[in-house]
Amino acid sequence: MKILKCPINGPRPIQEFIFGGEYRPMPDPNNTSNETWADYVFNRAGEPGIKREWWYHLASGTWFIAEHDTVKDVFIKTYLLQNITEDE
Amino acid sequence: MPYRLLRFALNKKYAEPPMFTEPSKLKKSYDVVIIGGGGHGLAAAYYLARDHGITNVAVIEKNYIGSGGTGRNTAIVRSNYLTAEGVNFYDKSVKLFLDLSTEFNLNLFYSERGHFTLAHTDSALRTMRWRAEVNKHMGVESVLVDRAFIKEIIPEIDLDCRHNMPVMGALYHPPGAIARHDAVAWGYGRGANMRGVEIHQNTTVTGIEVKNNKVVGVKTNKGLIQTNRILSAVAGYTPSITKMVGLRTPIVIHPLQACVTEPMKPWLNAIVVSASFHLYISQSSRGELVMGASLDPYELHSTRSTLDFAEGLSGHTLELFPFLSECKILRQWAGLSDMTPDFSPIMGKTCVEGFYIDAGWGTWGFKATPASGKTMAFTVANDQNHEIIQPFNLSRFEQYELVGEKGAASVGH
Repeated sequence: MKILKCPINGPRPIQEFIFGGEYRPMPDPNNTSNETWADYVFNRAGEPGIKREWWYHLASGTWFIAEHDTVKDVFIKTYLLQNITEDE
Repeated sequence: MPYRLLRFALNKKYAEPPMFTEPSKLKKSYDVVIIGGGGHGLAAAYYLARDHGITNVAVIEKNYIGSGGTGRNTAIVRSNYLTAEGVNFYDKSVKLFLDLSTEFNLNLFYSERGHFTLAHTDSALRTMRWRAEVNKHMGVESVLVDRAFIKEIIPEIDLDCRHNMPVMGALYHPPGAIARHDAVAWGYGRGANMRGVEIHQNTTVTGIEVKNNKVVGVKTNKGLIQTNRILSAVAGYTPSITKMVGLRTPIVIHPLQACVTEPMKPWLNAIVVSASFHLYISQSSRGELVMGASLDPYELHSTRSTLDFAEGLSGHTLELFPFLSECKILRQWAGLSDMTPDFSPIMGKTCVEGFYIDAGWGTWGFKATPASGKTMAFTVANDQNHEIIQPFNLSRFEQYELVGEKGAASVGH
């Protein structure tokens, strides 16, 4: 069984989680061009690598960020959004 | 036939010549470089050579031909999609498939079985009715059928699904077929090679050179190639290639797992699909049941198999066919699905001059092989999008003109 560590509830089986897609900072919708907005809405960094992803722990309703190696399927670390470092 | 076999047995030379020649070295330049030696890339090479007379073409494949999605799908061919754009495109493909065995002089075991998409809920039934009407309007044979009809064609099915979501009806698509998928790649490869196309296996693209927004060359692990036209037909590996030319796309990669059971006597002629149960099942000409499921639930670039999948799929199979409980799974594998937000491909020209894309093939790539090859060959040869792929252009996203295809495999309704 694959285990993912929820930052609140600790290690839990992966069936308790829902994948929420790539973490992407949102541009200001009031001050952005249609192209930038479309890029934000649709485009993704689809190539393999270590990615920051949104994950949701169903049982406790916790959204958090996981750093996931999408080639090896290994979760490197997980943390709540407030602990994210934007300069990476 | 046995006499012929005996003659080969006594002959020192290997009976069948190789399907295509192995070129020794890459040339310095080609008119067109096709990245990806799967069904789509080889089909495009074939039609470029046959229909457009462009034979100075190299197909670059990092593994062996047909090693990606081409050899990993569940080999189903159908055209009962939901949108007019989709039906139009896939119908062209089904019609091309019918003649391929003769054209290649290679038996593709193309076998029309009839394709049932089961509806377990009112809303699914509504979508089936909608699909049937769109299909009929576009001239594709497709009809909504009731439980009695399904039971007559597939007597082994438990329509009550052990009282868990009983089947209410189905969309029946008689031209639905299965084919030998690797033979499709070989046939196109041989046909292209006979006309002068070079197929370079075990060659990895490491970069693409772009000058003044025009492609000028391809870097590979075996040297640099000059070219003005590049077709990327790499499905699950698309994001790595588009990154080389600085294009952003909505493609996200999810694995899709499938498996086959031990072979058994023929009992299932039809192809059965249930979106609610995330299951599609057919019996191959070898007698194995070929089964596929829904996408893996998160982004991943690995073709690993999971026990979760085997358990989930077996459970759902038993709800429809309880008598299979003693049947064993023989092997299990995964392929990479390049998913798009509207379940439609991304095809045609891009904003980088000379860079053509054939991607976003998610769970619907195999059945599209001939039509994709033909239309992409046209697009590359004329530097102009073929009219039936116009709705699938990459620019549809920035124009907010998505296609909204929900007839794709393993997509919930």
